[in-house]
Amino acid sequence: MNPSLPLVLELAWFVAALMLVFGLRRMSAPSRARSGLRLAAGGMTIAVATSLAHPDIGRNLLPMAFALVLGGGLAYLHARRPTTSAVAASIALYSGLGGGAAAAIATLSMLHVGERPEVLPALAVLGGLAGSISLAGSLTAALRLRRQSAGQRHFAQRQVAYLASGVSMLLLGVLLSASSAAHPVLVILFIALALTFGVLMVLPIAIADLPVAISIFNALSGLAVALDGQMLGNTLMLVAGTIVFAAGLLLTRLMARSANRPLGEIMYSGFGLATEERGEGHSAGDVSTIDAADAAVALAYARRVVIVPGYGMAISQAHHKLRELTQLLEERGVETGFAIHPVAGRMPGHMDVLLAEAGVPYERISDLAGINDQFPQVERVLLVGANDIVNPTARDDRDSPLHGLPVLDVDRSGGVIALKRGDGAGYSGVENPLFGAVGTRVLHGDARQSVQDLITALKELD
Amino acid sequence: MDGIGALYVFVLAGVAGYVMIARVPSVLHLSLLSGANFVHGVVLCGAMLALARAESHAELAIGFVAVTLAAGNVVGGYLVTDRLLRLFERRAARSPRSARRGAGVAASSRTDSSSADDDA
Repeated sequence: MNPSLPLVLELAWFVAALMLVFGLRRMSAPSRARSGLRLAAGGMTIAVATSLAHPDIGRNLLPMAFALVLGGGLAYLHARRPTTSAVAASIALYSGLGGGAAAAIATLSMLHVGERPEVLPALAVLGGLAGSISLAGSLTAALRLRRQSAGQRHFAQRQVAYLASGVSMLLLGVLLSASSAAHPVLVILFIALALTFGVLMVLPIAIADLPVAISIFNALSGLAVALDGQMLGNTLMLVAGTIVFAAGLLLTRLMARSANRPLGEIMYSGFGLATEERGEGHSAGDVSTIDAADAAVALAYARRVVIVPGYGMAISQAHHKLRELTQLLEERGVETGFAIHPVAGRMPGHMDVLLAEAGVPYERISDLAGINDQFPQVERVLLVGANDIVNPTARDDRDSPLHGLPVLDVDRSGGVIALKRGDGAGYSGVENPLFGAVGTRVLHGDARQSVQDLITALKELD
Repeated sequence: MDGIGALYVFVLAGVAGYVMIARVPSVLHLSLLSGANFVHGVVLCGAMLALARAESHAELAIGFVAVTLAAGNVVGGYLVTDRLLRLFERRAARSPRSARRGAGVAASSRTDSSSADDDA
């Protein structure tokens, strides 16, 4: 602790830290998430106001005010535009800015090595490293997300460049950590190498995997802030940064797991790919959604509806409700049926067992070969938590990891209503352009609840 | 703070951060990422102090950059998170029951690992 700091300021920072931490905690539950953000925002306000009251603040006030207005104002203008599809890119951008700020603070400290002997030079070196990688990596990721056409970049000797910048960056870092005098040129070189390394890290990652990479960089920004906090003797920054670092690491793992992709594969698989570029077309950000009432109408006035269940039906136990839905549709004269893909669910026969349990008559269930050529005659397809088994890239795109998997050609039907639990920001392991296709409408939510909503809406039609 | 004290804080805060968001439903991944992004905006405090202590022109420039970037982090991080959570709230408002379900789901272990539609 800085002994010269008034107790009141320390206490205010302490309260701010608690508010930030508990705010983040509340954000991990859907019903309290927004109040969590407000709590964290209160903590942030206290933190910044307290910093203004800090005894060291007094010089350079004009540039500070200008910087605050400039950074805050640009971010305000940029972030208030309602481009929901670009949310992942925006998160990457602002996460990178935080990392960049941390790197700048660390750089200042590296330039002053030896003046404050109690500060470990390695802290500044590590903070500069983490912050710079996060800045460069996040901004690269944001740019690539913005321009969806920008696929994975492969250039000759990329592995060599990656390794060379990584190794020289680490060696230089060790040298700077051990040095007791400031070496401005080396510091600049070090930061430049870390920035290069960050860019090289992101280039080979598949677009669909970028959110996971962004999460890693967010954690790195947190680490940089924590290291700066310790360096400056600011416990608030140490605590908040560390929490973000740890939560970010866990979040990265959770996201990689939801996408069904090992982290190592996400980060490094691109290095082994062939040299041609793979265009990554669709991002799940631009799906069209539909609400239960509209979806119910679309189903009720179709002549033939085929339901394609996937693992999502099993996990939310929606099969009984689905049976009820088909009965209601049939009462209205809609011909209904189920199409079961051989690998739907987690084990062969998973879907059949569940539908049988719900009492769906056997003759209403078709297999892949039995129904696939009939989809052009089907007016509406209802996907219930199914994804890979209806991914048209498996059929059409030779470069898709799914290529060769026989899929249900639901994209050839009259229209698709997809019950999806994901929030449409593109987390699935393999992108599915079906969800962004013109004929597809997505009804977000837990499958069973969505089916229940459809049932309710159907009953209200009469 | 001495090194060992800082180590304690670092490790304990790390454990807290890890425990805090274990079992978060996957619908919240992106908004939580965004919220964490906002929280590390506290770097603004450090940036303001760094700028206030700057003496040479180079230091002033670096400090200026630090404050600008950090202010962007705070404002942008807040607005993006707010927008994400608002979307979430709107969706929940359309079917209040699913909002409550969502809260229940967060506490159960059933959904902590995989989201329903990521699999075949």
